[in-house]
Amino acid sequence: MKHLDEYRDAARVRGLAAELRRVAKRPWRIMEICGGQTHAILRFGVDQLLPPGLELVHGPGCPVCVTPLELIDKAIELAFRPGVVLASFGDMLRVPGSRTDLLSARARGARVAAVYSPLDAVRLAEMRPDEHVVFFAVGFETTAPGVALALKRARQALIFNFSILAAHVLVPPALRAILGAPGNRIQGLLAAGHVCTVEGYVDYEPIAREFRVPIVVTGFEPADLMLGLLMCVRQLEQDRAEVENQYARAVRREGNPAARALVREIFEPCDRNWRGIGRIPMSGLRLRREWAEFDAEQRFPLETGQVQESALCISGLVLQGAKRPVECPAFGRECTPDHPLGAPMVSSEGACAAYYRYGRQHV
Amino acid sequence: MSEFSLACPAPLAERERVLMAHGGGGRLMRELIERLFAPRFSPEHETDAALLALGAKRLAFTTDSFVVSPPFFPGGDIGSLAVHGTVNDLAMMGAEPVALSAAFILEEGLELDVLRRVADSMAAAARAAGVRIVTGDTKVVERGRADQLYITTSGVGVLIHDGELAPWRVAEGDEIVLSGDIGRHGMAVMSAREGLAFEPEILSDSAPLHREALGLLRHGIRVHCMRDLTRGGLASAVIEIARAGKADIELEESRIPVREDVRAACELLGLDPLYVANEGRFVAFVAEGDGGRAAALLPGGTVIGRVKKPGAGAVTLRSVIGATRMLDLLSGEQLPRIC
Repeated sequence: MKHLDEYRDAARVRGLAAELRRVAKRPWRIMEICGGQTHAILRFGVDQLLPPGLELVHGPGCPVCVTPLELIDKAIELAFRPGVVLASFGDMLRVPGSRTDLLSARARGARVAAVYSPLDAVRLAEMRPDEHVVFFAVGFETTAPGVALALKRARQALIFNFSILAAHVLVPPALRAILGAPGNRIQGLLAAGHVCTVEGYVDYEPIAREFRVPIVVTGFEPADLMLGLLMCVRQLEQDRAEVENQYARAVRREGNPAARALVREIFEPCDRNWRGIGRIPMSGLRLRREWAEFDAEQRFPLETGQVQESALCISGLVLQGAKRPVECPAFGRECTPDHPLGAPMVSSEGACAAYYRYGRQHV
Repeated sequence: MSEFSLACPAPLAERERVLMAHGGGGRLMRELIERLFAPRFSPEHETDAALLALGAKRLAFTTDSFVVSPPFFPGGDIGSLAVHGTVNDLAMMGAEPVALSAAFILEEGLELDVLRRVADSMAAAARAAGVRIVTGDTKVVERGRADQLYITTSGVGVLIHDGELAPWRVAEGDEIVLSGDIGRHGMAVMSAREGLAFEPEILSDSAPLHREALGLLRHGIRVHCMRDLTRGGLASAVIEIARAGKADIELEESRIPVREDVRAACELLGLDPLYVANEGRFVAFVAEGDGGRAAALLPGGTVIGRVKKPGAGAVTLRSVIGATRMLDLLSGEQLPRIC
């Protein structure tokens, strides 16, 4: 972890912060897309070191938060079916659907298993041949290769009591939706380093040009974030709008070609509902026809009843960077991590959870 | 339209069942204790064990149940844990542990060899801690009604001092001493439970703490309160003391030792080591000026923070880059993240 210490070094972070204060001549509003970055910013207190005019806006990069209500309801419905075990990343288990969450469903008899990787879910299916394991495939471009690998492994090992509930989403279409929305106030972007490790940043180049916003691919440590902000503000001050790579130790322009090829072999883009945001064209991944036998929605025809969000929850506005968590009247009152109204309050990448956990109730 | 819309995000019925988070050492567990148990029973103070006066002797009395799955994990097992957990609760009161009881709930079909290994381990742990297991009980439940075996241990110990170690005694200027590096037990159990192979293996820190804890008292350290770090980790223990003691506490993140392998595993899973379980570490709140000496008496001792009193129970952490943030109890246990 010496490697990590380098990027958490107080002197280095403070040096970058001083440089940022020198460079920033005007007020700017920058969005960090990824919820992991939001949490790192609040956990380490990076925001406390920024120049006064620089405002950070939190983006939609929390996969759990944008997973549509109806898919969570479907997952819960599957978990209650006799003979079905729903396997999910731990993160998803507390997120409220329209009526309940997966952990509460488990307390009432649903079968829910927390796994650490999609391959664990395949292994679970292998160990329980009499049951059917559905993996709740949530995540951005980062987790899609792992799911693709798991499906290949399942087919290879002739494990057919396994399927996925596909809820994968893609970053670039969401960026277009946010930047193109009327009244958009975002002037610069920090792109998520992890996502770009897989997909690279070629797709971000036309977005930077078209919307005239600088985009800096950025890591997750305090020094990464500070340097990413510095690079972004420098571009803004010089009136440039390019894609730059702060996270060069992990990200190449073309990403990881093997992982990309794997994802494209198994998935294809589709329209997808984003919780709180709405339908974004070609912003999701679904299984290709050749892999339909692993599609839980095909194997288990599911009724999607009408779903409705809590009337109090403004998570859609929070996810689009239009409001900060503390601007929600329910924040810390009707909505807490113990009794959440919306997903961002419980996900480990949710902006509301970050504000609550790191004691920013009154900022 | 009925009053009970299907879209209601949090119907009350959901809250009326026990969730895993009720045992996670966080806010929901507090709620359960404060609203359901405390009004019905008569706990005097919020401490790890109760104080009983029998004639001239003052005793500490405590109980703890162990349900860890799997029963064997790197660095320990449910048997040694059941001894250490109860010994440590007594030690935190400044009591020399004397005797334990052990009650077993066994699942039908459990291999006797497993039980033998667990009992051997309990006996060895008790011997090493200098405490006797003097009484016990055994019940068997049908297969599927329990997960292999559960153990409950109760213990009594004799206080070696005349005062009281409790959150209310925490005072302005107190120094907070941590007895060693944190997070090992939680990561060891997680690796065993989930088949995550960390290289090299992370071993649990499970250990009896009475020699270290009583050593502080015997060397004349002015100890005000001690607490062993269990489920909710260092953060939860400190927060609970701050609230019960009506004190504010400042911790220094860079002074809190976390081994590199534990930190790497936590980074990987998105867990905060401050909230990861321990079974062989404690914090001691000692009078201003005694912190350095107390730290030197403990094998991995470090002064990690300071008390401000009176306070509102707020715990702040100075992060490694010098910014500050508040620490709060988590709802239940931490769940690993997606990416």
